Amino acid sequence: MRALDLEYMWDLLPVLIGYIPLTLFMALIGMACALVLASFMAVERIFRVPVLDLFVRLFISFFRGTPLLVQLFLFYYGLPQVLSFLTSINGVTATIMGLTLHFSAYMAESIRAAILGVDRSQWEASQAVGMTQFQMMSQIILPQAARVAAPTLVNYFIDMIKGTSLAFTLGVTELMGATQKEAAGSFLYFEAFLVVAAIYWIIVEALAFVQRHLETYLNKAHAR
Amino acid sequence: MTSASAISITGLNKAFGDTTVLKDISLEIAPGERVVVIGPSGTGKSTLLRCLNFLDRPDAGVIRLGDLTVDAKTVSHADILALRRRTSFVFQNYALFANKTARENIMQALITVKGKSKADAYTRAAAILDETGLTKRADAYPAALSGGQQQRVGIGRAMALDADLMLFDEPTSALDPEWVGEVLDLMRRVAEKRQTMLIVTHEMQFAREIADRILFMSDGQIVEQGPPEQLLENPQDKRTKAFLRRVA
Repeated sequence: MRALDLEYMWDLLPVLIGYIPLTLFMALIGMACALVLASFMAVERIFRVPVLDLFVRLFISFFRGTPLLVQLFLFYYGLPQVLSFLTSINGVTATIMGLTLHFSAYMAESIRAAILGVDRSQWEASQAVGMTQFQMMSQIILPQAARVAAPTLVNYFIDMIKGTSLAFTLGVTELMGATQKEAAGSFLYFEAFLVVAAIYWIIVEALAFVQRHLETYLNKAHAR
Repeated sequence: MTSASAISITGLNKAFGDTTVLKDISLEIAPGERVVVIGPSGTGKSTLLRCLNFLDRPDAGVIRLGDLTVDAKTVSHADILALRRRTSFVFQNYALFANKTARENIMQALITVKGKSKADAYTRAAAILDETGLTKRADAYPAALSGGQQQRVGIGRAMALDADLMLFDEPTSALDPEWVGEVLDLMRRVAEKRQTMLIVTHEMQFAREIADRILFMSDGQIVEQGPPEQLLENPQDKRTKAFLRRVA
């Protein structure tokens, strides 16, 4: 057994920190797109639009039923072979697309459950004052569902942040890819991956801090 | 008084599965008239109200509200929206928007449905909050309000809509006894403005005071109707007599 090379780890830290923005960029864009797509699919699943419903169910089934890594390879290596306009797709874009589609399938189900949990009186009151379905959903039902869904959605976001590390398999030099390169140069694999593990951990803990504030905000209507 | 806000209901029928809840109800309500519906539970009183704004969809029947005619057989999405925008509804369980403050509950439909500016809606809401005695609680969320306060917001939200017909579905039935008085007081004030009202209630004394006419419903039908003194003092049908004996 040898001692940890602490000096190496200390020097590596700022190098890897430089890659945090790219990781957060992929996760944030992915999360934003996934939220929009998932909300749309959740509402669709509730109103069951003919034909569209079949498509949404198939979509959710596929993206929940296959591994994220398989989906990323399909987008990045597979699709460009059949759809020539995708040949210029870069690894970052493919990762964001993959994360969006994959997580939106899970999130759609969480949001749908949260919508169904909103009390019937809220739907009836919205209808009784003459709101359109869109007004009802956007101003009364979804904001209340958000409160219920928030903890689960933050969990998916955490998963998504960690999922960005798979971009490394598409040749993107992000946090994980950079660590791999550094480690390959120094042969200090244990030190390098320990540092990157700590970085992911700290990012997620910081997010948990944000989550507590978000939940306080969303619960403000329910404090007595 | 204009005839524009007269209400006429003809041949209203509603069944839930095999159970017929409303049997061929017909009813005229004059503008400014305050009509109270009484009767045993499970006789379709609430369903009658809920069919009038299509919270429950009637199987048959025609509802005329001024120049708006809605036939249950041929009703469109736009008809339902139009009907809802000319009526207002006070729920037994208040049904306030849980994610909105008292003030926002009143402003909500003024902005989204009536297209008023935020400033206009705010001014109107302030007047209603004052009238309902809720100015001090304007920025509280429903969860922080007492039952009585919540129902006063519920009535305030309905008042803000300036509806041709206000529907009250047992507005005091879910309240602790201590809050019933303040809600009935507010409804009295609404009635004094000669707002057209259709009220389902078990508060007989209140009905006697404010009603121009009382309907007695049983088994999905209007059995008997008339001015309060007549219906309450001198009922004709044996079902009305039996019911009044029970609640007296």
